[in-house]
Amino acid sequence: MESVIQGKIYKFGHNINSDIIIPGRYLIYIDQERLGQHAFEMLGEGFPGKLRGFDILVAGRNFGCGSAREQAATAIQGLGIKAVVACSFARTFYRNAINDGLPIVECPELYDAAAEGDEIRIDLAGGKIQKAANEYSFPQMPESVRRILELGGLAEYLKAQLAR
Amino acid sequence: MTIAEKILSAKSGNSTVRPGEIVEAYPDLVMSHTATWRSVSVMKRIGATKLYDPERLAIVLDHISPAKTEKYAADQQTSRNFAREHGVRKFYDVDAGIAHLVLMEAGHIAPGDLIVGTDSHCTIYGSLGALGTGIGYTEVTSVWLTGKLWMKVPETFKITLDGRFGHGVFSKDLMLYLIGKLGADGCGYKSVEFYGSAIPELSVSERMTMANLAMEMGVKCVFVPPDEKTAEYLRGRLADRPYHPVYADAGAVYEREIEVELSELQPMVACPHEVENTKPIGEVAGTHIDQAFLGSCANAKYEDLAIAAKILKGRHVHPGVRLIITPGSKKIMLEAMNSGVLQTLLEAGGMVTNPGCGACAGDGGMLADGEVCLSTANRNFLGRLGSNKSSIYLSSPATLAASAIQGAIADPREFE
Repeated sequence: MESVIQGKIYKFGHNINSDIIIPGRYLIYIDQERLGQHAFEMLGEGFPGKLRGFDILVAGRNFGCGSAREQAATAIQGLGIKAVVACSFARTFYRNAINDGLPIVECPELYDAAAEGDEIRIDLAGGKIQKAANEYSFPQMPESVRRILELGGLAEYLKAQLAR
Repeated sequence: MTIAEKILSAKSGNSTVRPGEIVEAYPDLVMSHTATWRSVSVMKRIGATKLYDPERLAIVLDHISPAKTEKYAADQQTSRNFAREHGVRKFYDVDAGIAHLVLMEAGHIAPGDLIVGTDSHCTIYGSLGALGTGIGYTEVTSVWLTGKLWMKVPETFKITLDGRFGHGVFSKDLMLYLIGKLGADGCGYKSVEFYGSAIPELSVSERMTMANLAMEMGVKCVFVPPDEKTAEYLRGRLADRPYHPVYADAGAVYEREIEVELSELQPMVACPHEVENTKPIGEVAGTHIDQAFLGSCANAKYEDLAIAAKILKGRHVHPGVRLIITPGSKKIMLEAMNSGVLQTLLEAGGMVTNPGCGACAGDGGMLADGEVCLSTANRNFLGRLGSNKSSIYLSSPATLAASAIQGAIADPREFE
């Protein structure tokens, strides 16, 4: 996993639930590509195609609430999204993102300041987000948890443990 | 310490823990449902073969059961073969019903237990005083193999319930009221403990609905402290297994305290497309419905079916409404059959499906553009029942029965 993530943001509101992120009918898949093709399609209006070209999702409170489906994180990766920044995450999505190797950052200040299309730069190790001349800080994950994310997810982490 | 703090300290081998602390906890049970094949695929991918303890696994094939396509059939076969090869004795096939209800009925959940599983509504185990919480399928694989997972110790909210429900008002209405008041993340990352003079009066079935719906205000876990009703429910179910109810200390610290007087509540309905979008029945009565779904881990227990049947007895479902009844488990269906509840529901114009998650998991009962469903489930998210131009409202079984008769959302208090 890269420690610095840079790119253009797409902005969602509050309480984006995991049924919206990936509908239940696609849980027969677990691969990024096929899940990505259906991510956010319930929203209509050109989703998910209109998310192509964006690198980072920014969202409000309680992103990923509802179902514990891990594929919500996988589907976002399938869109080519490299990280999600939100005011807060639902706990199941938070864990699933870490376990799937999708970087997530809690930063309400950035949500307030950001608009669709803005370019941001996330320094995961440094706990800072840059947007133009402004800098926003975010709390670091506990070291033990960050290790899972750094290895690319829980499956890779387990594999490394088993190899020992 | 609070109940969550006590259970997490016991399961992590610590004498004491504090909110915010991260511990390595060893669950008593790891539940997986139809997602089991995904956890099996992770195990294969990383080349692991040995489980930490097969006795700590429970597998229930409840979503999309029996298989509706070849793909589902193949995935269920993977789960079935895995259970057999690894000697997983707590395995329940497609006939059993919804995992949460099946596991509680079978006596696999005891007060003080820690249970994790591939379903957000694992919070329901708190109705028996156990800590239940949802995780993803890769993390289930991890617990299968290592026996443990990291958990953050949550802060706890205390909700005190006094008084009694009025006629036509149930714990579903209480929870919709609370979710509307506190919001979808009102208890985000928190543990919730229920207390108050109303608790001893509430049946285990009503408590299950409370612990199930609490998920929709973002809880990590929730507890109704075990009492005589809990002991009565567990009698004959836990066999010889000893259990140790966990109670909060007198000096337990609560981050927030909320009080509710039950007699002041009225029937509530959650409106499209978020559970927090709740309204008192009076504001939505008259809303046309095409379908009524009496099912899900929230409200398809025997008591729920009986409440609906009492209202539907001698009456008939509106000709414009499809009433779909999906009993929560085979045991519930048998009880409803023996007591005549199923016959009443069928004679009133309902259709009864096999036990399981049914429509709530997208299996039958889908909606076309513009259609409206009133459901006793726990989620009304956009497109959850098919078309993204359809709408889902949520209510208690009593409101559902009254509405099915009326052909529009109706106040159950007007039906004796």
